[in-house]
Amino acid sequence: MKALSQKRRHPLAAVALLLLGLLLTGGLYAAATSINEAQATNAADAYSASDVEEGERLFVANCATCHGINAEGSDAGPSLIGSGAASVDFQVGTGRMPMQMSGPQAQKKPAQFNDEQTMQLSAYVASLGSGPAVADEEYLDVEQGNIARGGELFRINCAMCHNAAAAGGALTEGKYAPALDGVESRHIYSAMVTGPQNMPEFNDSNIPPEDKRDIIAFLKNNESQGVPGGFSLGSLGPVSEGLLIWTLGLALLIGSMVWLTSRSS
Amino acid sequence: MSSQSLESKYTEEQYSEVDQYQPATRTGKIANYVDQRVGGTGMVREFGRKVFPDHWTFMFGEVALYSFVITVISGAFLTFWFDPSMSSTRYDGSYVPLQGVEMSMAYNTALQLSFDVRGGLFMRQLHHWGALMFVMAMAIHMLRVFFTGAFRKPRELNWVVGCTLLLAGLGAGFTGYSLPDEVLSGNGLRIIDGMLKAIPVVGTYISFFLFGGEFPGDEVIPRLYSLHIFIIPAVILILIAVHLFMVVTHKHTQYPGPGRTERNVVGYPIGPVYAAKAGGFFFVVFGVLALLGGTFQINALWNYGPYDPSPVQAGTQPDWYIGWFDGLLRLMPGYIGGVPLEFVIPTPWGGNSVATPVLVTFIPITALLLGLFVWPWIESWITGDKREHHILDRPRNVPGRTAFGMAMMIWYFVMWAAASSDLIATHFSLSFNDVLIWLRVLFFAGPILTFIITKRICLALQRKDREIVLHGNEAGVIEMLPHGEFREKHTRVSDYELYTLVSYESPGVTAARPNAKGKVGLLEKSRVRMNRTFFEDRVEPVSREEYIEALSHDDHGTPAELPAGSVGAIESRKS
Repeated sequence: MKALSQKRRHPLAAVALLLLGLLLTGGLYAAATSINEAQATNAADAYSASDVEEGERLFVANCATCHGINAEGSDAGPSLIGSGAASVDFQVGTGRMPMQMSGPQAQKKPAQFNDEQTMQLSAYVASLGSGPAVADEEYLDVEQGNIARGGELFRINCAMCHNAAAAGGALTEGKYAPALDGVESRHIYSAMVTGPQNMPEFNDSNIPPEDKRDIIAFLKNNESQGVPGGFSLGSLGPVSEGLLIWTLGLALLIGSMVWLTSRSS
Repeated sequence: MSSQSLESKYTEEQYSEVDQYQPATRTGKIANYVDQRVGGTGMVREFGRKVFPDHWTFMFGEVALYSFVITVISGAFLTFWFDPSMSSTRYDGSYVPLQGVEMSMAYNTALQLSFDVRGGLFMRQLHHWGALMFVMAMAIHMLRVFFTGAFRKPRELNWVVGCTLLLAGLGAGFTGYSLPDEVLSGNGLRIIDGMLKAIPVVGTYISFFLFGGEFPGDEVIPRLYSLHIFIIPAVILILIAVHLFMVVTHKHTQYPGPGRTERNVVGYPIGPVYAAKAGGFFFVVFGVLALLGGTFQINALWNYGPYDPSPVQAGTQPDWYIGWFDGLLRLMPGYIGGVPLEFVIPTPWGGNSVATPVLVTFIPITALLLGLFVWPWIESWITGDKREHHILDRPRNVPGRTAFGMAMMIWYFVMWAAASSDLIATHFSLSFNDVLIWLRVLFFAGPILTFIITKRICLALQRKDREIVLHGNEAGVIEMLPHGEFREKHTRVSDYELYTLVSYESPGVTAARPNAKGKVGLLEKSRVRMNRTFFEDRVEPVSREEYIEALSHDDHGTPAELPAGSVGAIESRKS
C-alpha cells in the first residue's frame, strides 16, 4: 500500500490508470457482446460435417465467383466470414442470391436452391465464423406472439421504410424496402437479425427474440385478417385513393353526364 | 297604399275566384293548401321557366354541389359517435391489433366508428370519397370555366366566389384529414406546423396560437373539429347560395351554335325535365360515391396507429388536393452544392434561423392561388376586351389563354406529382433521386414547353377547322376520273356544324395606347408585350367571300348567282 501511495505521483501514473480503465471497459464490452453472440449462434452445432462439406461444394460452384473461393470476398461481393447461417438462409432462401444482376439491391425471385441445399450452404457459411443463426422454432410460433405489441414495435421500427401496412416503400438511389406480404416468418426473422441489403440490423439486445415474434405475429395477422374496407388499393395511402377518384370516379361521372345530356334522337 | 295598385291589377271577382277554388283531387287539395299559404306557384313559375343550355361539361358544378350535400349528410352521421378529444385512453374495441394500445379519444372513437358502429365504416368511407369528389368536381368545373372563358364580364365576381369555394374546400378537406389523430394525420399537422414556423418573426407565435402551445399539445383537434363541422361548412353553404344566386342573375353561358347569341339562352327550362334530370343526377352521384365507399377502402386509419411524433411512415401523403404543397416541399432542395439554404441571422439572443427551403415554397403557392383569383382582370387588361360575353369560347379559338392555362396546369401537375415521387420510384423501378431531379427540371421547363406546344396545337386545330369549312371532310371514298386521275371525295359539313366552326372572333394585336400625357408607360409596354404573345399568331375564321369562293371550286362552274343570305343558306341551296 505504501509503495502504491508513493508512486501515485509518478509521471506515468495517469497513463497506467487510463490503460487500466480502457482495459476494463473493453473487457466488459467484449464480455457483453459475446453473450449476445453466444445467444445468436446457439444453433450452429446443429449442422453435420457432411452438410458443411456439401455446402462448400455448392458454394464453390455457385457463389465463389463474387464472394471469393474461401468466402473472403472480392470487388464484386462482400466477405461472408461471420455472416452466419441466418444471412444465407434469407438471401438464398428468398432467391436474392445468387444475384440475377447487379443493381441498387438484390431482387427477390424464385429460390434457386431447394431447402436442403440452402441448409447446406448455411452450414458452410456458419462454419467459417460465428454469426447469427436461423431462428428457433419457438420464436416463429405466431400463436405465442402479442399482435398489439408487435404492431407498436412495427410502427416504431419498421413502418418508416416498409409502410404502415407493410406495403413497401422507396429508399434513395433506386433502393427500396420491399412489401412484406407473403414473406415466410423465418425469413422475416432472419432479415431482422442480419439486416440484408439496406436494412438496419436489429440484434437481440435491440429487439429481443420474443419481440421479434410479436412483430411477425402482427405481420401474419395483417395478412390473414383481410381488408376491412373493401379493395385495399395496394395499401399505399392517399396517392392511390386520389388516383382512383381521378380515374374510375371521374369516368363514372362523365359517363353519366354524357348519358343525361344526350338527346333521344 | 299598395292596395290601390293591386286593385288596378286584379278585380274583386278574380280574388274571390281564387278563394273559392276547389281542387278536385286529393293531391290538388294538398297543393292548393300549400300554395295558398307559401305562394309556391310564383317560385315555380320563376325558377321553373329558367332556361339552361344542355351540355355535359356544364354538370361538374352540379357534381360539386351534390357531393358536398352527400359529404354533409354522411358527416352528420359521423358526428354522432366521433369525440374530438385528445385525452388519453386505452383501446378496448374489437380490432385486435390495437387492443390495449394507448391512444387519444379521437382515434379511439374513429376506430369505434370503423369497427363497432353498424354502417360506420361505410359512412366514413362515403364521407371521405365524397370529400375527394367534391374538390375534384370543383377543380374540373373551374377548368371548364377557365378554358371556355366563362369567367369574363359579367361573371368575374362569381369566379372569385368560386375560387373562395375551392379554398374553403381545401380547408374543409385538410381539417377533416387531421381529425382522426393517427400517425398519418399527425404528420400532416406537423408539416403545417413546420410551414407556419418557417414564417419569419411571427411564425412561432402563429403556431403556438393554433396549437395552444408547443406542437402537438392537446387542443388542436377540438379546434380543427369546430372549423371542420361548423365554420368552414357554413362558409361553403353561404358561398354556394351566393354562387347560385349569381348564376341565376347572370343566366347561364352557352357554347356557340346556330341561333345562339349574346342576348339569348338556348336550352330547356328547368321544369319539368331538367328538374327531374338534376334530381336524378343527385342520386347518380350518390350512387357513384356509395359504390366507391362500399367497395374501395379509403384512409385505413387502423393501419397507421395512434399519433406519436417520432415515427414517419413510408407512403405518408396528404389527400390529393393538398398534394401539391407536399410536392413543393419535396422539390425544394435543402442544400445546393453542399451549401445549406437555411441560415441564421445572428442576434443578441442567439440568432434567428430563416428556413429558406420552406419559405421559397410559398412563392409558387401564392402565385398560383392569387393568379387564379385575379385572372379575369389580368386577361381583360391584356386583351383590352371589356365587353360582356355569354357565348363561350372553344378553347382552340383563344390559343393564348388556352396555352397559358395548360402551362399553369402542367406546373400544378409537376408539384402534384412530386408528392408521389416515392411511389413513382417504386412502381416504375426508378431511382427516387432521379425522379426528383426530373421533376425539378420539369418544374421550370414544363410550363414553357407546354405553352409553346399548346399554342401550336390550337393554331393547328383552327387551321383544320378552316380546312373542313372550305373543303369539307374527307369521305374516305377514292374516285377515279375518266382521264385516270385519282381523287378523294369530300363531304360538306352540315349548316349546324358550319356555324360552330366559323362563328368566332380572332382579334389581332392591339397597339400601345399612350396615356393622358401622351406617353407609353412601362405598364402599357408590358401589356402590349403580353398582348402580342396572346394574339401575334392567329388564324382568321373563314369569311363569307372565302366560303363562296370555295363552293365555286366545288362545282367547277361559275359562282354565277349565289344569293345573299347566310352562308348556311348557300350551302343548303347547293346540295
